[in-house]
Amino acid sequence: MVGVGGQGIILASDILGEAALEIGLDVKKTDTLGMAQRGGSVTSHLRMGKKVWSPLISSAEADILLAFERLEASRWVNYVKPDGIVIINNLAIPPLSISMGTHRYPDDAEIIDSFNQRTKKVHLIEGSGEVSDIGDTRTLNIFMLGFLSSILAIKISYDIWKKYIGEHLPAKIVDLNIRAFDKGREVASSVDI
Amino acid sequence: MNKFVNGYYNYSLRLTNRERIFILLEMVKKLLSGNEAIALGAYHAGIEVASAYPGTPSTEILENIAQFKDIYAEWSTNEKVAMEVGLGASYAGVRAMVSMKHVGLNVAADPFLAAATTGIHGGLVVVSADDPGIHSSQGEQDNRHFAKLARVPMLEPADSQEAYDFVAIAFELSEKYDTPVLFRITTRVAHSKTVVEIDEKKTRPDRKKRFHHDVEKYVMLPSHARVRVPHMHRRMTELTEFAETTFLNQLVDGNKDIGIISAGVSYQYAREVFTDATFLKLGLTYPLPPNLIHDFASRVKRLFVVEELDPFLEENIKILGTHVEGKKYIPRSGELNKTVVQDAAVKAGLLKHIDSPAEVKLIKDLPGRPPLLCPGCPHSGAFFVLSTIGQRAKVLDASGKSEKESKLIITGDIGCYTLATYPPLRAMDTTACMGASIGQAIGLEKAGVSSKIVAVIGDSTFLHSGITGVVDAVYNSAKITIVILDNGTTAMTGHQGHPGSGVTAQGNFTRSVDIEQLVRGAGVNDVKVADAFNIKSVRSALRSALDNDELSVVVVRGKCAVTTKVRKNQRQVDLEKCNDCGVCIMIGCPAIQKHDNKIQIEINSCMGDQCGICGQICPKQAISAIS
Repeated sequence: MVGVGGQGIILASDILGEAALEIGLDVKKTDTLGMAQRGGSVTSHLRMGKKVWSPLISSAEADILLAFERLEASRWVNYVKPDGIVIINNLAIPPLSISMGTHRYPDDAEIIDSFNQRTKKVHLIEGSGEVSDIGDTRTLNIFMLGFLSSILAIKISYDIWKKYIGEHLPAKIVDLNIRAFDKGREVASSVDI
Repeated sequence: MNKFVNGYYNYSLRLTNRERIFILLEMVKKLLSGNEAIALGAYHAGIEVASAYPGTPSTEILENIAQFKDIYAEWSTNEKVAMEVGLGASYAGVRAMVSMKHVGLNVAADPFLAAATTGIHGGLVVVSADDPGIHSSQGEQDNRHFAKLARVPMLEPADSQEAYDFVAIAFELSEKYDTPVLFRITTRVAHSKTVVEIDEKKTRPDRKKRFHHDVEKYVMLPSHARVRVPHMHRRMTELTEFAETTFLNQLVDGNKDIGIISAGVSYQYAREVFTDATFLKLGLTYPLPPNLIHDFASRVKRLFVVEELDPFLEENIKILGTHVEGKKYIPRSGELNKTVVQDAAVKAGLLKHIDSPAEVKLIKDLPGRPPLLCPGCPHSGAFFVLSTIGQRAKVLDASGKSEKESKLIITGDIGCYTLATYPPLRAMDTTACMGASIGQAIGLEKAGVSSKIVAVIGDSTFLHSGITGVVDAVYNSAKITIVILDNGTTAMTGHQGHPGSGVTAQGNFTRSVDIEQLVRGAGVNDVKVADAFNIKSVRSALRSALDNDELSVVVVRGKCAVTTKVRKNQRQVDLEKCNDCGVCIMIGCPAIQKHDNKIQIEINSCMGDQCGICGQICPKQAISAIS
C-alpha cells in the first residue's frame, strides 16, 4: 500500500494484517514512513502466508499494489510481479516542486504505460470521488480496503473485516467507515480484475 | 482463576489438548511491532522504572511502557539523564529499562560505561535502536561496537516474538552477571509488526526495593574502579561460556556447502535467499561463542556472514581465527533486503544467477515528495523571515551552495525545523547533532566570519542539550543570536512531552520549565518573545536581535499545528487580485498549491485562523478567510 502521509495507509494495513492473522496466517508488515506526518511518501509492505521470513517485499514480488495516489503509484512499478494487480486511486496530490514549477506531474497515460511494461492489470478507480459522496474523504483508506477485500486471494469473512475496522476506529465514525468499506466492495464488483 | 472459568471449561471440551493448554495459559497471538513487544516484554519481566528520550525508531517503546500506570515511566531531559535514572533505579534493586535511538547512546555513553563498570543491582536493560539506511536520523552508526567497548553482553532479536522473549532473558542475564545488557534493534525490527504469542495474564515477579550501601561497588574512585574492571573481564569470560550453550544461539541444519552466520533482521533476508543452507543464528551477538563457531565452520564448506552495517560479527569471528567472508560482497552502508543479499550471494559465487524480470523504466524525472513543514506550522513564519534577510534564498544555488557568504549564517539543529533546509525556505546552513547549533554558532563567531550568526533550535532540543551552549555563550561573550522555536512539544517524533511542556510521559500535569527565565537566569540580557503566527512580531524581534552586537535570544512561540484540533476560517486566494508573484509559495506551506498555473489553497489542509501567515505576507492582499 502506497500513498501520501495523512491518507490513513498505516491504519488500513494494520486492519488487513490483523484480519489475516485471525484466519491463521503468518503475517509480517513493515511501514516506511520516515517523516510521514509531514506530507512525505508512505509505504506499507504486507506479507501473509504459511511462514513469512522477511517483512519487506522485494522487487517483482508484489501480488497487489494498492496505491492511494497516482504519483506515489508510479514509483513502485518494479515491485509489482509480472501480471500483478495494480489498483490506483485516481487522485493527484501535487508535491511542492510542482507548485514551484521545477517538476511536472505525470499524466495518466504515462503512468499506465509505465505499469504496462510489467502487467496489463492496471485499474484507475474513483475512490476519492466515491468517498466524497459518502460525506468524508478521510474514509478513503477504508474504501480502498473494501475494494482490496474483494480481490484478495485469501478469503477473510465480512465479519472479521467489520470487527477490526471497529477496533481501530472511534465508535462514532465506524458506521460511516463501514459504508465506505461496502462502497469499495461494490465498486470492485463492477471492475473486471 | 478469573470469572471466565465456566465459559472456558465448556468451551475447552471442544478443543484439542494443545489448544486447551493455550487457553489455560491464556496465550494469545497478537500482531505487534518490535517496540510494542519490547514494552510488553519489559512489563511482564517486572520492570518498575523506564526512562527514555524520544528518537526514531525507539520512541514507541517508552510510549507503550507509559501505558502501564502501575509502574513509573518518564521522558527524561536527554538520553544521558535517562541512563542515569535507569541506573539509579537499578541500584535500588528494581528492574529498569532505558531506551533510545542509536545516536542517543552517544549522548548516554558516559553513564552507560559507568554502569558497565559499577554493575547493577536490579536488572538494567539498555535498548539501542539503530537506523540502517538513515530513515530518520542524522547518520548511520553500528552500536554493536558499544557492547565491546563497554564490555557488556548484547542481544539482538530478529522479530517481535524474539523481542518479547529476549527482554525477559536480558533481565536475567543482567542480574546473573552483574551487568547492564545492551538490547540492540534496528528500524526494521522496531517498526515491523509480526506475530507474537504471549501470556496476557502473566504475573510480574515481585521484587524488594532496597539500596545496599556499598561504596566499593557504587563509588568509582580510582581505587575502587581498579577492582571493578577485572570483574568486567571476568564476567565476559563467564558470558562467553554461556554463549556456547545458550538457546539464544540456534543451529539450523541444511546443506553443508554453505554455512551462514547471521543475526537480527538480516537473518530473515538470509533465510529467504539461502533456502537450504546451514545456519548459525545468533541471538547473543556479544560475546561470541568460539567453540560453537569453530565447530560450525568445520562442518560447512564456505562460511558467510550476513549482517547490516559494519563487519562486526565478521571481524570478531576472524579474531577467533576462523576464516569467514561477508563484507567483501555485502554493502557496509544502507539497509539490507532480500535483493541486496541475493546479489551479494551471486557475486560471491554462492548462488547461480537468478532470473528476475527485467527492470522497468520509471517515468522520467518523477517529482520527489520530501517531507515538509506542515500547513499551519509555527516554524514557517520564522524561517520565512530568516530566508528573506539578505535574500538568502537567492544567494544559494539549487543545491544550497554559494561562493559568496550570505549576510546571515544559520546554524541548525535536530527537529522538524531541519526541513527548512529544503527549498523554498533554504534557511539552514548546518545540522550535526542534538544541541550543536549554539556551540557551532559560537565557533563561527569566534573564528571571525563577517556575517551575522543565528542559531536555530527547537524547545525540546534546547532543553535536551542547548542549555550548556547558552551558558557557554554567556561565559565567553559570544555575539550571536539564538532563536528558540517553542511549539510546546517534541513534534518530530510524534508529540512527546518534555520539561517545558507541562505534561509527563504518563499524562500527568507538572510544572513546566520557563525557557525565558532559564536563559535570563543564565545571564542573557536581551531576551525577546515573538508570536510565531504574527509575521510583524517575528520580524521586529529578529531585526532588533540582529542589530544588537551582544548575545541575544528570541523565543518564537506558537503551538504545533498537528496538536491543534480547531480549524476555522480557512484561507482562499482571490485570483482577480493575485498576480502570481510567488511570495506565498516561499513559505513552503503544503496547503498552498499550484493547479493549472493558478495558486490555490487546499481547504482540507489549511489551518485557517490558527495560522494566517500567507495572508500577512501577500503583497496584493489577495488572501483572505473564506467568507
